[in-house]
Amino acid sequence: MIINHPILGPRDAQEFVYLGDASLMNRPDGMSDGIEAFHDYLYNRDNPAGAHRELWYHEQGDRSWLVVTRNTVTHEILKVELARDVASKAGRGK
Amino acid sequence: MADTLHALTPLGRPDPVSRDIGPYRIVERFDVALASVACRRGRHKDFAKAAKGMVPLPDPAHSAQGAPYSSFWVAPDMWFVEAPFATHEDIASELKQLFGDSASVTEQTDGWVRFDLQAHDLAPLLERLCNVDFPQVADGFASRTLIEHIGCYLIRRGPGEGTLYGPRSSAKSLLHVLETAAASVI
Repeated sequence: MIINHPILGPRDAQEFVYLGDASLMNRPDGMSDGIEAFHDYLYNRDNPAGAHRELWYHEQGDRSWLVVTRNTVTHEILKVELARDVASKAGRGK
Repeated sequence: MADTLHALTPLGRPDPVSRDIGPYRIVERFDVALASVACRRGRHKDFAKAAKGMVPLPDPAHSAQGAPYSSFWVAPDMWFVEAPFATHEDIASELKQLFGDSASVTEQTDGWVRFDLQAHDLAPLLERLCNVDFPQVADGFASRTLIEHIGCYLIRRGPGEGTLYGPRSSAKSLLHVLETAAASVI
């Protein structure tokens, strides 16, 4: 599998480490959002047969976190973004 | 008294080693000071201004030569900066002074072992060691890559010239891998 890194171009998937669902980036505030929201964040994952947004870490490359949109049925990679761009677009990191 | 004290190389020897295996020459370099420089968030303008004329800031996956500072890209907004050890032993504090609070600077000199590789053509050696397509990439290419489970930085200086930085604690393993691969090619 080849991941088309937004900065470095196509790189072998072996250079990357998989973390999981990209929704992990959106951790609720455990003090104010309530135990249900935090429980949902910690334990519940969607398991779609189709497009799935997931976090990959380019460990043997530039050490950046990526949000990869991958079709879990065909393994086709639909979109690759830098996680920090995704986070700043969502208004984070200010 | 002081002149009897000498730092040991990453291989635990008083002097750096070199190996000639067939057409391949592996030279350990112990005369380069190293520091990482990372631009702080939102400080790109100040950072670029401070670096101008002093520290080259090459594009992603590239390296750039300069005097006294050379550098290679390691991550978004982050570079490794090299300088001659004899004159820039204190590289981290020099760079900190240059960049001020626009960058975070970390001393890296003793964290790495450096091997310079020389041959007429390094491709047969490197294609056995890592997934970098050495003949295809341009001179100046720099990338982190994996050699026998050891994360290294590989810089291409020319078709028969390359620089390898590996973790200091794996210096002997890395040299062993290079020797073994070189011996198996010839």
